[in-house]
Amino acid sequence: MGTTATYPGEDHRHRGPGYRQRSVFDAANLGQTVRWLLLLIGGILMIMPIMYMISTSLKWPHEIYDLALIPNEPHLENYWFVLEDGRFFRWFVNSIVIAAATTLSNVLFDSLVGYTLCKFRFPGRYLVFIAILSTLMIPTEMLVIPWYLMSQSFGWLDTHWGIMFPGLMTAFGTFLMKQFFETVPDDFIEAARIDGLNELEIWWRIAMPLVRPALAALAIFVFLGNWTAFIWPLIVTNSVEMYTLPVGLSSFGDEADVQWELIMTGAAISTLPTLVVFLIFQRFIIRGVVMAGLKG
Amino acid sequence: MAGLDLRNLVKAYGRTEVLHGISLHVDDGEFVVLVGPSGCGKSTTLRLIAGLDEPTSGDIEIADRNVNRLEPKDRNVAMVFQNYAIYPHMTVRKNIGFGLRTSRLPKREKEKRLEEVAAILEMTDLLERKPAQLSGGQRQRVAIGRAMVRDPDVFLFDEPLSNLDAQLRTLMRLEIKKLHQRVGNTIIFVTHDQVEAMTMADRIVIMNDGNILQAGTPSDVYYNPANRFVAQFIGAPSMNMLPGLVAPDGVRLRNGSTVDVRIDAREGRPVEVGVRPDDFILDGPDPFIEGTVVVREPLGHETLVYLETPAGELTAKAGGRTPPELGQRLALGADTASIHVFDASTGESVRRR
Ligand SMILES: Nc1ncnc2c1ncn2[C@@H]1O[C@H](COP(=O)(O)OP(=O)(O)OP(=O)(O)O)[C@@H](O)[C@H]1O
Ligand SMILES: [Mg+2]
Repeated sequence: MGTTATYPGEDHRHRGPGYRQRSVFDAANLGQTVRWLLLLIGGILMIMPIMYMISTSLKWPHEIYDLALIPNEPHLENYWFVLEDGRFFRWFVNSIVIAAATTLSNVLFDSLVGYTLCKFRFPGRYLVFIAILSTLMIPTEMLVIPWYLMSQSFGWLDTHWGIMFPGLMTAFGTFLMKQFFETVPDDFIEAARIDGLNELEIWWRIAMPLVRPALAALAIFVFLGNWTAFIWPLIVTNSVEMYTLPVGLSSFGDEADVQWELIMTGAAISTLPTLVVFLIFQRFIIRGVVMAGLKG
Repeated sequence: MAGLDLRNLVKAYGRTEVLHGISLHVDDGEFVVLVGPSGCGKSTTLRLIAGLDEPTSGDIEIADRNVNRLEPKDRNVAMVFQNYAIYPHMTVRKNIGFGLRTSRLPKREKEKRLEEVAAILEMTDLLERKPAQLSGGQRQRVAIGRAMVRDPDVFLFDEPLSNLDAQLRTLMRLEIKKLHQRVGNTIIFVTHDQVEAMTMADRIVIMNDGNILQAGTPSDVYYNPANRFVAQFIGAPSMNMLPGLVAPDGVRLRNGSTVDVRIDAREGRPVEVGVRPDDFILDGPDPFIEGTVVVREPLGHETLVYLETPAGELTAKAGGRTPPELGQRLALGADTASIHVFDASTGESVRRR
C-alpha cells in the first residue's frame, strides 16, 4: 500500500501534527510512478499477443501480415467459417472432454494420495513421497517415447484414453495437496473419528472441504495445462477426429500456406473455456477457510 | 452412563515412555479433573481413553467392558478439544448433528435431541450460522453440544476453556458444572489451571511426569496433600517450604527454632515443613521464624506479604486494611493442624495425623 492510503472513515482534517501534503516530486512519489510505469509496460507486454490474436481473427487473409492493430475492414467471416466447419467443433469437444476428465481425476486422486501421505504414518511413507517428487524432474520430452510405446502395445493410440492417461495423476498435484493437507489440524480428523466417520468419509467430508482453495487452484492448473497441451496429443493422435484443439488449429493450412486468420480465430474461441474455468474456480480461492473452526 | 477404569496404563512414543503405568477408577456420573503441569501426560491419558492412541500396555474399561481393541466411535465417548475442532464448513446445526451420525435413532428423534441440546446451550438462534460467525464462547458451546447430543458414557474435555478470556472462563466453568448436574454423565476434564480443578471437580487427579501423584476430593488434596508436589501445585500462592531436620519434639529449622509436630520419620532425617500463606499467624504466640517484609501486594480484601527469612523468601497473607509496613519485622507461626511435613528426598508427606 502506498504511504498516502486513507482508511474508511478517516478524516483528512484530523491528521496528526506530523502530517504534510506530499509533493509530486517527493522521492516516495517518484518511486510510485516508476513502479506504475513498470507495471504498465508489463501489462502491455502481456496483453499484446491477445490483442493481435483478436485483431488477426477479424482480418481478411491478405492483411494478416500488416501489423496494424485495427483491421482495415474488420469482419466476422472467419468466425462463421470456423464454427461451421465440423472439425473445429469436434476438436473443441475432444479438448473439453479430455481436460475435464483429467481435471476431475487429478482433483480426486492427487488429493487422495496427498492426504494419505500427509495424515497416515506407515513404513515407507517418506520413500514413496520422495519417489513421487523425483518424477517431477523428468521432462515430458523424455517420457513421450515410453508413453507412445506403451499406448501402442495397449492399443490406446488415437483414443481419448490414450491422450489423457499420462496426465490423470500428477506428482505436482500430489505434492501440492499433501502440503495443503498439512494445514488441516489433526484435531478435526480425530474429532471426526470419534464422531464415527470412517477414514474415507473423513477425507471426503472433512478434509476435502477444508482444502477447497487448493483444489480450486489445482483444478485451474490442470485444466489449463491439458487445454493447451500440444506435444503428446499431436503424437498420440492420427485421425483428424481425435485431434485436440491446439493440434487441430495447427493443422489449419499446410506447410506452404498457413491460414493465420483461421488459427487466430480458433485460438480466440478456445480461450473462452479457460476464462470460464477460471471464473468458476477462483471464487473458491479464499483464504482462511480452515482456521474458522478453531479457537476464539 | 457408566464408570471408567484405567489399569496400569503405559504409553510410550518410540523409546520415550510418557505414561508410567497409571491406574484410576472413576465412578458412574463422577466429575473428575486431571490436573498437572504442561507435558505431564494429561492429553495422552484422554487420547488413550478416547481411542485416538493405543496404550503400550494396560487396560481401559468403560462401563465394565474392556475397550482396548475398540475404535473410538464404538467406545461411546465424546471429546471436546482444546481448540474446539468444530467443522468450519458446516453450520452449527450440522456440526451438532454430526455427533448423532452413528446413532440408530429415527430421524425425528435425532432432530428432537438436537433441538433439546441447542436449547440447553442457548444456541437455538445460532443453529444456521457457520463457525466463522460465532464468538469464542459460542464456538466452545457448539463443541460441547456436539459431544452432548450423543449422550456418551464418558465426556472427555481437553482444556476446553484455555482459549477463553478470564470472564468467559468463569462463566463456562459454571455452565459445564451445571450441565453435569443436569445430565449426570461421567466427565473427565483436563486442565492445568488449579482453580478450575478445585472449583469443578468431584475428585481431582494430580499428575506429574506421567504418574498420578494423588487423587482425592478438592478439600482432600488441599488439606492433606500426599506429597510436596501436590502441596505446591494446589493452592495459590504456593505453599511455603522451610527446610529442617527431624528432632525428638518436632522439626528443627535452620534458625534453631522447633516446629511442634508429630511425624513418621527417623530422627535427623532432612524434611521440609510446609505452611500455606493463609495459615501463617503473624506476630501470634509460639512463632518459629522471623522475617522482614520486602514486598507487599494488596489484593483488596487481603494483602500478600513477601518476607526475607533465614529459611529463604516466604509468602504470607495479612489483612487488607492494616497491612504490615515495608521493612517491618514479623514473627511467623502456625497452627499445628495446618502444618505439613514432607521428606526432603522423596517428597512424601511424613506428617502423622
Ligand atoms: N506423538 C507424540 N510423539 C512423541 N511424544 C509425544 C507425542 N505426544 C505427546 N508426546 C509427549 O508426551 C508427553 C505428554 O504429553 P501430553 O500432550 O499428554 O501433555 P499434557 O499433560 O497434555 O500437556 P499440556 O498441558 O501442555 O497439554 C509430553 O512430554 C510430550 O512431549
Ligand atoms: Mg494437553
